[in-house]
Amino acid sequence: MIKHLRSAADLDAATATLILDTAGEMATLAGREVKKLPTLRGRTVVNLFYEDSTRTRISFEAAAKRLSADVINFSAKGSSVSKGESLKDTALTLQAMGADAVVIRHPASGAPHRLASWVDGSVVNAGDGTHEHPTQALLDAYTMRSRLGRIDGLNVAIVGDVLHSRVARSNVLLLATLGAKVTLVGPPTLIPVDIVAAMAGGPKVSYDLDSVLPDADVVMMLRVQTERMQDSYFPSAREYSRRYGLDVPRMRKLPSHAIVMHPGPMNRGMEIAPEVADSSRSTIVEQVANGVSARMAVLYLLLGGKA
Amino acid sequence: MAYPRADTHDDALPGKTILSGSDLQRVVDRIAHQILEKTSGATGTVLLGIPTRGVPLARRLAARIHAFEGIDIPIGSLDITLYRDDLRLHATRALGKTELPGDGIDGRRVILVDDVLFSGRTVRAALDALNDVGRPSSVQLAVLVDRGHRELPIRADYVGKNIPTSQAESVRVSLTEIDGGPDEVRLTGGAS
Repeated sequence: MIKHLRSAADLDAATATLILDTAGEMATLAGREVKKLPTLRGRTVVNLFYEDSTRTRISFEAAAKRLSADVINFSAKGSSVSKGESLKDTALTLQAMGADAVVIRHPASGAPHRLASWVDGSVVNAGDGTHEHPTQALLDAYTMRSRLGRIDGLNVAIVGDVLHSRVARSNVLLLATLGAKVTLVGPPTLIPVDIVAAMAGGPKVSYDLDSVLPDADVVMMLRVQTERMQDSYFPSAREYSRRYGLDVPRMRKLPSHAIVMHPGPMNRGMEIAPEVADSSRSTIVEQVANGVSARMAVLYLLLGGKA
Repeated sequence: MAYPRADTHDDALPGKTILSGSDLQRVVDRIAHQILEKTSGATGTVLLGIPTRGVPLARRLAARIHAFEGIDIPIGSLDITLYRDDLRLHATRALGKTELPGDGIDGRRVILVDDVLFSGRTVRAALDALNDVGRPSSVQLAVLVDRGHRELPIRADYVGKNIPTSQAESVRVSLTEIDGGPDEVRLTGGAS
């Protein structure tokens, strides 16, 4: 097993499949009265969050606690970071406290890679800048597999702000490893064509959502990051929504088995219509539940054995 | 299919056979009878196999009990990996399946089924795991082979065969469902 999970590219097909299988076993815990396993008793997991995040932090916290690890939450606000402490010094502090794993979210791409060279424990990337978010890709893959029975050969359309999306990047890498065919859809200003061409699995690119939908098994809508709105990547929110939003008429173009995914938090009425988000095709709530199982699997496989 | 060479007899594999396929079948039959006898007809009883080889054994026991008395005992599997006390001593292990019967195990008599009883640590882990999935009225243990060397105060209620072994030896159980080949129990290693 690998020591760190910094990128979805750290995972080969066998390891990724092992994580998904393990997540499947972890998911059975959710139906039990006692949602707790003794497996990581005495291990310490630090959640080191330099960016605001509710669902990812809570998901990691729930995952670690269900495995009986001790969890220390560290958020940059109101901490020594606001007094100017560097990432390295924070890392050395965590090291001195004996953290067995550090789950890090950071606005700078590559921060988890740097951190891994400073601490002895495992490093799990919970989102770094516009780079990667590998556990999101794992929970998405798990959701696809549990809804559709397989990943190999699926047509997956990832729609929206691919340029700034770490979710999209990790998904492209992991889905290529697992044999799915990815099409990236969005306005030309939000698809980094040069980078896409160099990526593993050679995802296709389309600027026309309507032509992609009839063949899609999975449509993954990305959040329109409102903080990017001022940067004129597209003329107006309304125009974006008209061209790339998933509304009811567009959903009807999908094959009957197709599912609609969204990593959350979503802007209802913007990239996804409320009727679509609440339809039976939508896996949005499942994704949250699966997130805990997938992260339990990652923590178990990173920390469960001999260090 | 590989045929043994004429000069190697049946010990092309190392070690010696403790139970042949037909022995193993008789042993399973006997345990099935003992379960029926000791539990007054196996009412309110659930068989839980411990992966990997405890699971097909539990299935075989349930099939034999069905053949003898025409009753269907609920069966399931209980993976104990996450409850092991030696996780930190080895590389990470893949998990087995835990599948409980639909009606659960609360108030039932649970019979844990495993292939080999050795240190007793697997059974201890299974008792911990049981504790988290329900509250059985009682718990019993059925094993195909008891090889001794217990490290915990644990004993089996149903034993297929007691095999005196040395610590250096290992007991290898092969079952068609898992290992593909014929059923067999072999003793390998140690001084020969």
